[in-house]
Amino acid sequence: MPESMERGALTEAVLYILLSLYSPLHGYGIMQNVSELSGGRVVLGAGTLYGAINTLVEKNWIEPLEGAAGNRRKEYIITNTGKAAVAQEIVRLEELLRNATKIAAGGLK
Amino acid sequence: MRHIVWKAYMNHEKEEKWLNEMSAKGMALVGYSWCRYVFEDSPKAEYTYRIELLKDLPGNAESRAYLQFLQQTGIEHVASYLRWVYLRKKRAEGQFDLYSDADSKISHYKRILYLWIPIMLLNLMAFISNGLHVLDDILHHGRVFGGNLICIVLNGFFAFLILWMIIVYLRKVQKLRAEKRIHE
Repeated sequence: MPESMERGALTEAVLYILLSLYSPLHGYGIMQNVSELSGGRVVLGAGTLYGAINTLVEKNWIEPLEGAAGNRRKEYIITNTGKAAVAQEIVRLEELLRNATKIAAGGLK
Repeated sequence: MRHIVWKAYMNHEKEEKWLNEMSAKGMALVGYSWCRYVFEDSPKAEYTYRIELLKDLPGNAESRAYLQFLQQTGIEHVASYLRWVYLRKKRAEGQFDLYSDADSKISHYKRILYLWIPIMLLNLMAFISNGLHVLDDILHHGRVFGGNLICIVLNGFFAFLILWMIIVYLRKVQKLRAEKRIHE
């Protein structure tokens, strides 16, 4: 279970990294996938990505794939804890989007 | 052909900018040791250069794992000096920034600050202690010893130069923190 401290928003980079790892990918693959998903808007810096991967592995939100040892490029996959964090984030984003649309977009019409 | 340029930088971002200007002119950095830059002819603007201060020396296992990770994303480790590394990526392979969010930029700037602050304090302490010596010489012995004066000037010069650099980096951190209050 995630600690109670972790009710806050995920960063855009973290959410996109987690989404990229529903199927196994290595670092460079994550960078390319995030850029593709966001239509080139989010370009992860390699240093930022490296730090984020290490933090997410420490938190057990993602894990290195077994058997990837022979391969020099380490691949990662999202864990159930990571998926739970994504689910929680979706709820938060939906609430935000619902409120923002109701108030701001309604006013535009 | 190889070109050697002697130059000193304290601000790594200005240094980075200069390396990229050199690269645009067709001079690609291939080596660096204390103030000595080695360039090789290359097609114009073939590479983007970045400079980073690692957490540990490049030979350390953590650093090697990181540099290997960078290599897998198309980033080449060109040279090192103490914990500083000079990195480059082919421009054709896309944009090259090491850090894409405020937090990782801030932690890099902090690493640089922690490198400079002790050096500044050492120089400042030497400046003050030498200064007191000279004052003592003048006030109690009525003489001025030239050797101490040179030390004072040098220590004072470096202390304030580094202090100025520290302020430059602190301002960068402050600016990012202000930005972070609004944007991620």
